[in-house]
Amino acid sequence: MTNSIKEIDKADTIFVIGSNTTENHPVIGSRIKRAVKNGAKLIVADPRDIELSKHATHSMRLKPGTNIALLNGMMNVIIAEGLQAEEYIKERTENYDELKELVKDYTPEKVEEITGIPAETIKEAARLYATSERSMLFYAMGITQHSTGTQHVFSIANLAMLCGMVGKEGTGVNPLRGQNNVQGACDVGCLPNFMPGYQKVGDPVVMEKFEKAWGTKLSDKVGLTVSEIIHAAEEGKVKTLYIMGENPMVSDPDITHVKKGLENLDFLVVQDIFLTETAELADVVLPAASFAEKDGTFTNTERRVQRIRKAIEPIGQSRADWEIIQDIMNLMGYTQNFKDAAGIMDEIAAVTPQYAGIDYQRLENGSLQWPCPTKDHPGTGYLHSGKFSRGKGLFKPSPYTPADEQPDDKYPLILTTGRVLYHYHTRTMTKRVEGLEALVPESYIEISPYTAGKLSVKDGDTVKVSSRRGEVAVKAKVTDRLDDDVVFMPFHFAEGAANMLTNTALDSIAKIPELKVCAVKVEKV
Amino acid sequence: MKMISLTIDGISVQVPDGTTILDAAASLGIDVPTFCHDPRLRPDGACRICVVEVEKARSLVTSCSTPVGEGMVVYTDSPSVVEARKEILRLMWANHPYNCLTCEKAGNCKLQDYSYRYGITDEDIQLFAGEKKKHEIDDSNKFYISDQNKCILCGKCVRICGELQCTNAIGRSDRGFTTHITPPFEIKLETSECVSCGNCVSYCPTGALSAKKPVKYREWEVKRVDTTCTYCGVGCQLQLLVKDNRVVGVEPVNGPANEGLLCVKGKFGYNFINHPDRLKTPLIKKDGKFEEASWAEALELVAEKLSETRDKYGPDAVAGLSSARCTNEENYLFQKLMRGAVGTNNVDHCARL
Repeated sequence: MTNSIKEIDKADTIFVIGSNTTENHPVIGSRIKRAVKNGAKLIVADPRDIELSKHATHSMRLKPGTNIALLNGMMNVIIAEGLQAEEYIKERTENYDELKELVKDYTPEKVEEITGIPAETIKEAARLYATSERSMLFYAMGITQHSTGTQHVFSIANLAMLCGMVGKEGTGVNPLRGQNNVQGACDVGCLPNFMPGYQKVGDPVVMEKFEKAWGTKLSDKVGLTVSEIIHAAEEGKVKTLYIMGENPMVSDPDITHVKKGLENLDFLVVQDIFLTETAELADVVLPAASFAEKDGTFTNTERRVQRIRKAIEPIGQSRADWEIIQDIMNLMGYTQNFKDAAGIMDEIAAVTPQYAGIDYQRLENGSLQWPCPTKDHPGTGYLHSGKFSRGKGLFKPSPYTPADEQPDDKYPLILTTGRVLYHYHTRTMTKRVEGLEALVPESYIEISPYTAGKLSVKDGDTVKVSSRRGEVAVKAKVTDRLDDDVVFMPFHFAEGAANMLTNTALDSIAKIPELKVCAVKVEKV
Repeated sequence: MKMISLTIDGISVQVPDGTTILDAAASLGIDVPTFCHDPRLRPDGACRICVVEVEKARSLVTSCSTPVGEGMVVYTDSPSVVEARKEILRLMWANHPYNCLTCEKAGNCKLQDYSYRYGITDEDIQLFAGEKKKHEIDDSNKFYISDQNKCILCGKCVRICGELQCTNAIGRSDRGFTTHITPPFEIKLETSECVSCGNCVSYCPTGALSAKKPVKYREWEVKRVDTTCTYCGVGCQLQLLVKDNRVVGVEPVNGPANEGLLCVKGKFGYNFINHPDRLKTPLIKKDGKFEEASWAEALELVAEKLSETRDKYGPDAVAGLSSARCTNEENYLFQKLMRGAVGTNNVDHCARL
């Protein structure tokens, strides 16, 4: 997030797009509802009616995969009506003319055709966002998990900059991170193209810095992303894979293909707290300690570094992940001598400019939001104050491109996927909490009353859902929260797995799979 | 900002205009008892236990909802204040079950604490003893129990649900003696709008709302450890309650991201930690079957395979998937392993999934 969670209280208008906030980030969802109660306006854009839709001033149920058209349409209205932040654009941004040129074609009427949202609603939402003193935009995987995910995010940034809604309190471009430490894992370099602190792999200055700091020769070749690793395994190019705390056999698109990839490896190591679907395929399984059994830090969605503390002794012979990794490094002859997590944080701070001022002693007195460049820096609540990190904010005009797979005669429905409140990711933890499992014990598919009627499917019937990749049998949940040509499945379940069906098409830049749109067929069984 | 001068228990203090007497007293370290007060909620003045004496006022005032005034002289512990609080407690005891011995909230109950503080005796409890409430206990929710016989009607749960959680699942029903907290139309909690966030349970001052405990424990038996929630990216702060190397409960902490709120997973989703399914030893697959192995054996095998693949096929034949569930320190070390020890940038995690 460019801004902080507490700034929700300051926003006049909140725009939530592609985020089912009350189910996926419940405490932020409550805060948004609270803001609305206290007078803030709320715009929601989602293929389904979500809980926040009920609280929204403008609720836009758009066709899956058409967010860019909607955002361009809003920008079209804003420019046509002269509501853009002229001075901000002049002083703080570049490439505005190109944006203006691109969005010219996206008239509300044309966008209505693409998205299914009435032109008048698009206009009203655009005016509201643009003319509010402070508009705060939130998004999540509904924006990013597309084959044009990067262009989606560009479009979000374009809209925010067009209205001068970046760089002040109560505004911003705010992606909500789905897991406890996605932000931190990215920050400390678990990305194939970035060293810790988003320092580019291949940049000679960066590589020299790390070679010196780590005392070893490093590869300057950008590595493979998750999806590419699975492909490379299938092709036999990756031979040995080490998976720590991930479960691609449920979370990744096209599980049949994932399984093929993993089975084709010479050697698979899985380190986890449970014997997951992925661990079942491993040659070696290493038992890890849970968050309750170790010290460390997580970085939340607003860049806030917070402590976790050891509460109990590790279960059985399980060990903290860092201890296991360190042992392996030492056995490989790359000697590490960390005594505790605090020591590792000191090394992170030494090589990661954003974390340079962070240490455990400071964290004892409270959390810190990066960038925190020095030991006396208080941390940063919101980014891009005064000017953008890169200097000028660059408009990246992005045309709408339809999703990779479109419905056709054979697969006439659009499947979109997501999470539910009572489960977490691949359910390895939540299925072992009795109450949570009892509330949502099995996979299902949401289907509109009209479509269900056409297929003679009643609520609770088992249906066969198939795509070009695979098929599953799940219970039908008949609901009018989505359009007649759209169906939804939660992706948590290994049985009746949504990801047996999903498309592996990738965004060409971020390499994120298009988990939010694929074509399926539903049949009564 | 306009400052107001007043005297509390003989001590002069200056506080910003608009401050309540309760907060002004707190700034002097004076602990005025409260049931219905919560700094995150609008003052309600429902429970009356926070009454104080203000010179020249016609009667005692509720300190939680009365703003300070210039020159005010306040007594938080005068004989009339103490007597009023005792009377309030006596009235609460008039219909409250007298079963602290076995009540789940014992040790964490404000009614119990204040009864002790104000020396409530058997006679006090008997003074107004009359009909007891006879509400059916609602244990339909998977995670908590509502026992309205133990409710003192402070209304904090209703306000937390409505003002903070913004779910509005519960409210007051009936009038007079049978007033109680319930979802609309007396439906069971299980079928109500309740999303089981447990925020009402965490702040209920008595045993009216209590968490179901998979493992029984007493308040004074548990160690409390401050930590960060392991579920989504909000980063809620919470306390793990530990008994005999087992996490037996979770309480919210007032962190910057959550301000004392949690969701159903953070509050009640802890039982995976000590679950019997936890992996307890390294496993090595032999002839398609997992066999338990020693750490030394497993680690040597992993190190050997990583080195062997690197040497035979080049470092890019090795790849690693790190974890968005692990700590910064572990993720840092993981990528350092892949980059520094193996020599590949084939390291990623599920940020995209």
